[in-house]
Parts: sequence; C-alpha cells; structure tokens
Amino acid sequence: MEIRRDVFQAIADPTRRAILSLVAIQAMTPGAIAENFESSRQTISKHIQILSECELLSQTQTGREIYYHLNPGKMREIDQFIEPFRKMWDDRFNKLEAIMKNYQPKK
Amino acid sequence: MEQKTKIAAEEDKQELVITREFDLPLELLFKAYEEPEIVAQWMGTKVIKLENKKHGGYQFETSDPNGNVVFKANGTIHEFSVNERIIRTFEMENSPFAVQLEFLEFEKITEQTSKLTMQIVYKSIELRNQMLKLPFAQGLNMAHNRLQEAANKLK
Repeated sequence: MEIRRDVFQAIADPTRRAILSLVAIQAMTPGAIAENFESSRQTISKHIQILSECELLSQTQTGREIYYHLNPGKMREIDQFIEPFRKMWDDRFNKLEAIMKNYQPKK
Repeated sequence: MEQKTKIAAEEDKQELVITREFDLPLELLFKAYEEPEIVAQWMGTKVIKLENKKHGGYQFETSDPNGNVVFKANGTIHEFSVNERIIRTFEMENSPFAVQLEFLEFEKITEQTSKLTMQIVYKSIELRNQMLKLPFAQGLNMAHNRLQEAANKLK
C-alpha cells in the first residue's frame, strides 16, 4: 500500500468502528460483515481494507473463505499512544499534590 | 492499582476529559491554580501574567538552561469562581496548534480529598488526536536524540 494509514484515522469512522465491534464478537467473512450494513459491499470492503492496512484486523483463510478477526494487540497500541499524555498530566498533578501538602498560607 | 489521573477520549469527539482525585482539601487544590508562584512550581514554567477574573488573561513562558525561550503560551479567562470553576482558553504560541477551550471543575469529595475534572475542547478531532499523541512523539524524539548522542560519542 502506498499510504501508511493512521490508526486514529481508521477508528475515527463510525462504519469502521461498527465493523470492529462486529468482528470483536466473532471472526466473519467480508460478505457476512457487509450484510450488517446498508452501504454497498464495495464500500464495506474498502473499510475492511483500511482496517487491515492498520493491522486492526487480521485474516485467516478457511477453504475458499477469508475470515476477519480483531487484532487485540493493535487496539492496545491505541491506549499506549495516550499513555505518555496521561503520564505527563499525572506527573504534573503529583507535583501539585506534593507542593500543596507542604503549603504554608501567606501571613 | 487504580490510576489517579484518567483520560477519557471518545473516538468521534473533538474533546477529551482529564480527571484526577487529590489527597488535598478542595481549597488547597484550587489555590494551586490561583497563586502564580505555585502554578509556576508545578507547571514548571515562568508565570508572566495571571489575572484571575472574567476578561482576565494569563501568559506562561519556559526557558532552557541557556535562557532561550522554548515555550510560550497564553489564554483568556472567561470565568473564575473560587473553589468551583475556571473556564479559559489555551494557546501555544509559535505553534501550528489552534487555540483550545478548557473547562475546569473543582469538587470536594471529603474534607481532605477533592477532584478536578478538566474538559478540553479542540478545533477538530484530528487536532485532538495530534495533541494526545504529542507526548508520545516527543518521547520517541527524545529516545532518538539520546541514541544519536550515544552514537556521536562513539565516533
């Protein structure tokens, strides 16, 4: 693929999030996924392609059928993106707490 | 162990919510946002201006050890209700990031504990995600720079 897609971009779309929640329950073929949507099979297949490019979906082949699964490792990576942001605020607030515990009111 | 600071960022919203419970009475927590010298200490920045009132404004400035200004931020205060709420904007100067709107709610839990809820609204979902990932990217950069320094020493 010529474009490296962003995980956040992938999950920003409501249809793609719906696909993720479907395959989170059980592995599904592209046809079975598409049946849950009013959009064309082609549109759904494009969404599946984007999710696969970001490795949010992984696939296995059973006979002639391809089944898509949720790739939980990638979903955890989204949390890891946020973790340094959380840590930054946590450090700041810990400092605030420590300073205020020793606070002496001004005379 | 449960984390004291939590981030909630729903995928399709251009906002995020930071919550934190403090082992501090509400009054002391709020004071940490009110007194410029204290803000400077925990934010790790110089406080140039802090006008705690409606229509007031604030300015922060951070310098590196050589005295070069590396970070400048400012904002306008829309509401300043002691021990209750601060509503303000926040803008990083000389950056591509658009101004953001912040709602800070201060609550008493017990006599000795309190809670801060900080809702930040961004110009777009994309910008919100960028800001969320910024410390992650900076972490990568720092790791990269350390590698580079180590590599330079080997030369």
